[in-house]
Amino acid sequence: MIPGLPRSGWLRAATLLYLLAFFLFLFLPLAVVALFAFNDAPYPAPPWRGFTLDWFLGNEGAGRTGLFHDSVLLGSIWTSCVVALWVTALSVLVGTANAFLLERMRFRGKGVLGMLMLTPLVIPGVILGISILAFASRVADLYSDLSGSDSDFLRPGLPLVVLGQFSYIAAIATLTISARLRRFDRDLEDAALNLGASYGAVLWHITLPYLGPALIGSAAIAFLMSFEDFNTTLMLVGADAPLTIMMYGRMREGATPVLNAVSLFLMVASAALALLLMRRSWKRTAA
Amino acid sequence: MSDGAAGAAGYRRLVLALLLAPALLWLLLLIILPHLDLALLSLRERAGPGRYVASLAQYRNFLREPLYWHVFARTAALSVLATALTLLVAFPVAWSIAKLARGRRRALLMLLCLIPFWVSETVRTLGWMILLRESGVLPALLVHLGLTAQPLELLYHDATILVGLVYTSLLFMIVPLVGSLESLDNSLIEAAYDLGGSGWSILRQIVIPHAAPGITAGCIVVFMLTLGNYLTPTLLGGKNSLWFTEQIYTQFITRFNWEQGAAFGFLLLALSTAMVWLGLKLSRQRFGEVMRRA
Repeated sequence: MIPGLPRSGWLRAATLLYLLAFFLFLFLPLAVVALFAFNDAPYPAPPWRGFTLDWFLGNEGAGRTGLFHDSVLLGSIWTSCVVALWVTALSVLVGTANAFLLERMRFRGKGVLGMLMLTPLVIPGVILGISILAFASRVADLYSDLSGSDSDFLRPGLPLVVLGQFSYIAAIATLTISARLRRFDRDLEDAALNLGASYGAVLWHITLPYLGPALIGSAAIAFLMSFEDFNTTLMLVGADAPLTIMMYGRMREGATPVLNAVSLFLMVASAALALLLMRRSWKRTAA
Repeated sequence: MSDGAAGAAGYRRLVLALLLAPALLWLLLLIILPHLDLALLSLRERAGPGRYVASLAQYRNFLREPLYWHVFARTAALSVLATALTLLVAFPVAWSIAKLARGRRRALLMLLCLIPFWVSETVRTLGWMILLRESGVLPALLVHLGLTAQPLELLYHDATILVGLVYTSLLFMIVPLVGSLESLDNSLIEAAYDLGGSGWSILRQIVIPHAAPGITAGCIVVFMLTLGNYLTPTLLGGKNSLWFTEQIYTQFITRFNWEQGAAFGFLLLALSTAMVWLGLKLSRQRFGEVMRRA
């Protein structure tokens, strides 16, 4: 509230109304997804036919396959987790190396390199996907011409999905981690070095603990972005579909409320992850 | 002494090489070489089985086939429209968060804006499909209220695509807007008001110029994400979506015509880059700063 300004009751009411409408708009889609996970009907559509847990617990014998018995859906969640873990590990490692490179090293062409590291963020995901697909298959063709054997690694499949997602998530990790490293007080390192600590010990006991929150934060962001990636994955996916691709396929066909069940599961999981992170950062600011 | 200095220099060089290696591998193998390859792919034409010649045929096809450039222009126009709508919807919210709310309430509002975006776009789109399709919640509600006799099909219209695009873009507009509005000194607004400025003139002459960096950053990011979106247009627009990313998918994956798909990819990339560049020029900002802000 800007104290010096007179605000009429009319304006105040309009603002409040607008905010209410806005948040209704924001939460309505999520609310219906959650609600229809419990509707006792074969399709996620009104009218309300009563409460059921079939779309979580039902097995094929009951005529309804619930989330916990839908092995295809569970398999795709697992696939997404494996991909996301790889992408997270790679992105945080490379992001940390990049942060030290950009903030601590002096070399020619650093400005250009720093700029290049941002470009993956302005390339549409679909194009990252097709360019990596085309390049990988060219390399694979070359390899099979030379060696006579085929390299599955470079054909559409999970390794390419990991590389495709990593190609832009690494840029996000680089930004987050270098931002924190930039604010670090280097006198702390100099003090430790003067007191006789080795470079390794300084890195391990002083610099990395300071970077800790940024590392955890960027790992969480990387995991979430990888789990939710659609555009890049769509172009690189092989036989094993991660969850977003699987859901997309089923949504086009018109699926049962089991998709609502898995969505609710995702909402709860991502909310839990987010709250955990926020509690950490609140504690830190409080301390 | 000089031995030690030489050792330290060697050590530094080793560290530099070790730190450079992952960055160069990443950028070279996953960004630069694939895009060069894609460029070469888009500049050739199949002349026979396994034989290719350099040509501009793929780009010529794009210009000659009305469907292709029509979809391209349509995607660009709808993306601009979606960006403008997102700015309009997000601005009052960002203003409320930055200037009207305080302390805990501000944190709560910001959190409420963030929550839907922790959930994947697939889930949010599923929600819109349940709300809008013919057998969905809103058509049923309209019939129930007696506003329509039959349930309407609210999916598969351009307006539906726009609603979906604005919805998924909101956060990327709100965050930079709040950032730039927060730094605006309230006393400037008060002074302008005391000097007799109307709400509209204060907005135009003080608030918008001050928030310009945030507005640009938000618009650039939203435009890019909208242009490159695939999920929302195809699911909410169905067969009528005619979105350019879908054309790329069709050429690359369905028809296996990689040459044509590569050319489409470059056209989309060129449009996206041109708009980013234009946005930066218009607001006289630098790329790095905008990315950090966003």
